[in-house]
Amino acid sequence: MNRRKLLKLVTMATGSALVGGNLVLNGCARGGLPENLGFSEQDLALLNEIAEIIIPRTDTPGAKDAEVGKFMAATVNDCYYQDDQDTFHEGLAKINEISREHFNTNFINAKQDHRIGLLAELEIEAREYEKPEGGTEHYFTMMKQLTLMGYFTSQAGATESLRHNPVPGRYDGCHPYEEGDPAWA
Amino acid sequence: MPDNNKYDAIVVGSGISGGWAAKELTEKGLKVLMLERGRDLEHGKDYVNEGKQVWDFPNRNQRTRKMVEDYPVLSRDYVLTEETLGMWANEKENPYVEKKRFDWFRGYQVGGRSLLWGRQSYRHNRMDFEANKKEGIAVDWPIRYDDLAPWYSYVEGFAGISGSKEGLDVLPDGNFLPPMDMNCVEKDLARRIKKHYNGSRSMFIGRIANLTRAKSDENRSSCMYRAQCWRGCSYGAYFSTQSSTLPAAAKTGNLTVRPFSIVTRVLYDKDKKRAAGVEVLDSETNETYEFTSNIVFLNASTLNSTWILMNSATDIWPDGLGSSSGELGHNVMDHHFRCGANGDVEGFEDKYVYGRRPNGVYIPRFRNVNGDKRDYLRGFGYQGSANRQGWSREIAEMSIGVDLKNEVSKPGGWRMGMTAFGEMLPYHDNRIFLDPEKKDKWGLPVLAFDVEIRENEIKMRKDMIQDAVDMLEAAGVKNVEGGDWGYAPGMGIHEMGTARMGNDSKTSVLNGNNQIWEAPNVFITDGACMTSASCVNPSLTYMALTARAADFAVKELKKGNL
Repeated sequence: MNRRKLLKLVTMATGSALVGGNLVLNGCARGGLPENLGFSEQDLALLNEIAEIIIPRTDTPGAKDAEVGKFMAATVNDCYYQDDQDTFHEGLAKINEISREHFNTNFINAKQDHRIGLLAELEIEAREYEKPEGGTEHYFTMMKQLTLMGYFTSQAGATESLRHNPVPGRYDGCHPYEEGDPAWA
Repeated sequence: MPDNNKYDAIVVGSGISGGWAAKELTEKGLKVLMLERGRDLEHGKDYVNEGKQVWDFPNRNQRTRKMVEDYPVLSRDYVLTEETLGMWANEKENPYVEKKRFDWFRGYQVGGRSLLWGRQSYRHNRMDFEANKKEGIAVDWPIRYDDLAPWYSYVEGFAGISGSKEGLDVLPDGNFLPPMDMNCVEKDLARRIKKHYNGSRSMFIGRIANLTRAKSDENRSSCMYRAQCWRGCSYGAYFSTQSSTLPAAAKTGNLTVRPFSIVTRVLYDKDKKRAAGVEVLDSETNETYEFTSNIVFLNASTLNSTWILMNSATDIWPDGLGSSSGELGHNVMDHHFRCGANGDVEGFEDKYVYGRRPNGVYIPRFRNVNGDKRDYLRGFGYQGSANRQGWSREIAEMSIGVDLKNEVSKPGGWRMGMTAFGEMLPYHDNRIFLDPEKKDKWGLPVLAFDVEIRENEIKMRKDMIQDAVDMLEAAGVKNVEGGDWGYAPGMGIHEMGTARMGNDSKTSVLNGNNQIWEAPNVFITDGACMTSASCVNPSLTYMALTARAADFAVKELKKGNL
């Protein structure tokens, strides 16, 4: 089974598989502990902007409200192995590069519709990307997954975009669902 | 020997079977010392992650590189998460040797893995106790279903097992609390499976050690449907040593618990042919103590109980107490699993669930029973569940932005998945032994593992996948995908064997009352005693065997036979 398919299965089984994290269930660690490259204040701001375009504020909080940038940085630092960290950091630089090339400014200063267009293009690129043998996932796949995970596991996301009930007290296996009701956190 | 080191009985280990031994022996009036190699862990107070929300965990309950580095074995499966960190054995202090890969997931603390277990609770059936004899595999069990049935009822009643009565020979009914509910999709699939297979296959809610009715006299509430049992439950809603057997034993005033106590060997009196007690290494002070008793119960967990025997009475038997049959350390078993199928369920868009049920559905064994005959022996059961998908599902069309956010904030379609748990035969060549070189933090020898699944299991796995695919498709599930997600021995966390029960001291380590043939005042009632594995989760059987052996031990003691 290829890794992509495995990750999909893992996602189904656990609700979340961390791309880049060592969730490959064969017990082999990949490489040693890297020197964390770290994230600057500008990096964090950029991550927040990227995340906010993926999960924007609506009548519920957005990724920025949920401090998803900080979550992404912490996860890359604490959980990712060297090659995935490299890909992630290179991807972050690449996004600014593309922005400068097309819009003559860094991503964070580009117009909103330009930013959305850029990430929508990257989404398509990431979908078509075939992970090479021994290589890493596409950096945008990492960013999108971390955004979704960071948002929906945050207090803001879990309690306001989703429904959160710490102590249900009972179980109803045939509970009515009305279209539009949020999922349970 | 000072008097304060003398007890009527010593129980080594405080997990599921050790807790039961302590409860039964203290309630029958014996002064009991319970020894635990790990730290103390107090009910409620020490459940440090109970009640935390996912955002309270530094990495949202994922695993960090540091965790993988610290717990290379745990990291091989789902068990390594922030929420249970600190409830597993320290792998650096407690190494072992893998001649072949063996995933040994150990819980070294008061309560052991009773805090972490999956809580699925099933009886062995009649056939499980007779199959070895009929098929000429290994040795015969020295007991039959009827010997254990009253003890199953007894432990089910006290532990609190919820489940439905199904009237099946293959999975005997028990003394159950009301069952949890299947959800509406599971109910529908269960109906379709029953119909398609003319009643020869069935699916129903798991039988689980979670209360569906409070046991107020024991300060245990019914399940709150939080589905975070493994962090500890101060409601006492699932069976653990802490919620159930320990308070019962403590109430008698006859129990002493000593944590940080590594039992290094059973002290053997060769003139009396009895154990005199045990030797303990205090894991904090490195000091050695001797404790004496009339009887010893080894409940240190399957492989560690055998490790203790291998280090005991080596002046008489070089390979340890109980080794004269040549079977000590052999016949390691687990349940092989992690293969099955899943798929999409259409419809039911107007249905959802309320509450997080810490339980799934069960499909009992249907292979090699009722006239069915396969090209392998024994069989398997399935565990699974139907759920609506959450935010991590794949959304093909809506890539980013408001549409994506709105879509994944709602529940997705229903999916049904299941994995099979297969019986592993007891092979003499699947064994553990003391590694001649490697030592642990305390300079003690460590176990080496040479265990693998063989032809019978490999053939069975084909059916475990294909039958899952066929059943889901027959039940109308769409896009069904079967898969083998990879299994290594130990992953089932159902280690069994290495000191099996039998009828003959030449071919077994324990007799029909769980006594070591060479030392009848030593009882082993954890998974080490198992003669075969069945395909059902084993803990309930350890509970029943322990209660039965404790009853026997006290009667023998009173008769002066021990």
